[in-house]
Amino acid sequence: MFEYIPNTPEDQREMLAQIGLSSIEELFSDIPRRVLDKFEKIGIAPMSEQEAKHLLHNIARENLNPEEFVNFLGGGLYDHYSPSVVGHLIQRSEFFTTYTPYQAELSQGTLTWMFEFQTMICELTGMDVANSSLYDGGSALAEAMLMAKNVTDKKKFLVARNLNPNYRQVLDTYAWGAGLEIQEIPFGEDGRIDKQFIRQNLADLAGVIVQNPNFFGVIEDLRELKSIIGNAMLIVSANPISLGVLAPPGTYGADIYVGEGQALGVPISFGGPLLGLFATRMSYVRKMPGRLAGRTIDINNKTGYVMALQTREQHIRRDKATSNICTNQALCALMSTIYMALLGRHGLRQLAELNLQKAHYLATKLARAKGFTLKFRSPFFNEFVIETSKKASSLLKKAQKEGFLAGIDLEPFGLLDGHHLLIAVTEKRTKAELDRLVKVLTQA
Amino acid sequence: MPYPSEYRYSKEHEWVKREGANVRVGITDFAQHELGDVVYVELPKMGRKVKQHESFAVVESVKAASEVYSPVSGEVIEVNKKLDGQPELINQSPHSDGWMVVLRIDDPKEIDTLMTAAEYEKHIGGK
Repeated sequence: MFEYIPNTPEDQREMLAQIGLSSIEELFSDIPRRVLDKFEKIGIAPMSEQEAKHLLHNIARENLNPEEFVNFLGGGLYDHYSPSVVGHLIQRSEFFTTYTPYQAELSQGTLTWMFEFQTMICELTGMDVANSSLYDGGSALAEAMLMAKNVTDKKKFLVARNLNPNYRQVLDTYAWGAGLEIQEIPFGEDGRIDKQFIRQNLADLAGVIVQNPNFFGVIEDLRELKSIIGNAMLIVSANPISLGVLAPPGTYGADIYVGEGQALGVPISFGGPLLGLFATRMSYVRKMPGRLAGRTIDINNKTGYVMALQTREQHIRRDKATSNICTNQALCALMSTIYMALLGRHGLRQLAELNLQKAHYLATKLARAKGFTLKFRSPFFNEFVIETSKKASSLLKKAQKEGFLAGIDLEPFGLLDGHHLLIAVTEKRTKAELDRLVKVLTQA
Repeated sequence: MPYPSEYRYSKEHEWVKREGANVRVGITDFAQHELGDVVYVELPKMGRKVKQHESFAVVESVKAASEVYSPVSGEVIEVNKKLDGQPELINQSPHSDGWMVVLRIDDPKEIDTLMTAAEYEKHIGGK
């Protein structure tokens, strides 16, 4: 394969003439002027290699390196420790691809770990069948919504207002394209979804989409939700680490589990690449997006692994495909497989307990300080909302100067006002760091 | 496998068997042969109204997933539930046990637009 195909000006003229154009600018005339202007500002004009490197370096310098801060950012991505063996193993040449091989059965190693990944996700979530991953938590949730529409043949969804707002944007985009209707489930003073609202809006319902723990970190009580909604699909988005201590969604009637798998050993790296987790009940397997590795025996009775199911994808179903996810996040899924294998059942529980205990230590200590109150009096896992008498944005600015990324200002999301901080605490945080954060915030 | 002379056939390789006001529908021996081993059949819901030439089912084989188009317009009043557990019936017995749906037909004249067994054999003869 050529890595770079050079065109001479003569080549370009010939190609343009062939399609009846006179200049490169004309070829790109569909791009709106205002977009081009933006690019010109950062210098889309031709540059030397040295100039381009300099420009990119300066842009990159605007990023903060979370490794240089004490990090309390959460809201979907979490700063967990990933053992270095994870990074080493994925770089083995037989593994090092983000793709599922097209001649799948040649790659027995890949299919083996995919099968193990699926098995682990099923054990963790209490579901019957998990696919071998999707792009990220947000698009996995949108795929779940489309699947529920296909299963129920209905178009109305009730979506929790305390769902991650970024996921909500993805849902809105998919819903717009597929002609689906979304109604928002409000949350109460306890930060939990209003089940009474769900009871009153059951007509023509395709599914209910909730997050647990929700965007505020609050643990929802979903025990009776499935019996309330009956044949409508219950779709639960959940942080996989939380399932080390919380009930698996399969045990309280979830029809589809989705989640962001980044927490399972994948670095945050500027917010991607991520890992979509997706699991469902066996009766819906034919409607499930993505692909499924399976274990079988060959003619000599030896164990072998196969690409068992990928019927919803566009290279099989063409225009009738119900999902446009044509590949998966194999490399990130491999990372999480190795990570889960290293932790094991007990390790995952210990990890979840550490997260829970440290978050509660910090929340309790902060809530005792003047100018800080816990927003919701509800159980939470490793993340909580604290109400602040000073503006959250100014507290964050001051904390950053002291070396802390102290949390997320909730104001831009429009769910709560600018006096609320979302703080996540992982196992990486030490007691000394938690104590110092309290000091920094109270003195800010 | 012979093509029953009392059936009518569509260009998309479905067969139709008249049963009073209803028709029984399946795919032809030629179609199952082209598809290879059928592993799953997605059938329509009871009561669904389908138009002639509209896709109402999907047959998945190890090679591909193919739409099944309705040879006539009508309402689905029966589906072959056996295909759920035994999709191979389509390969083993395409013209009888492997039937897919029974439709209550809207317009019997549509049947006349279909091919006779002899015409159908000629239609597939070139393939």
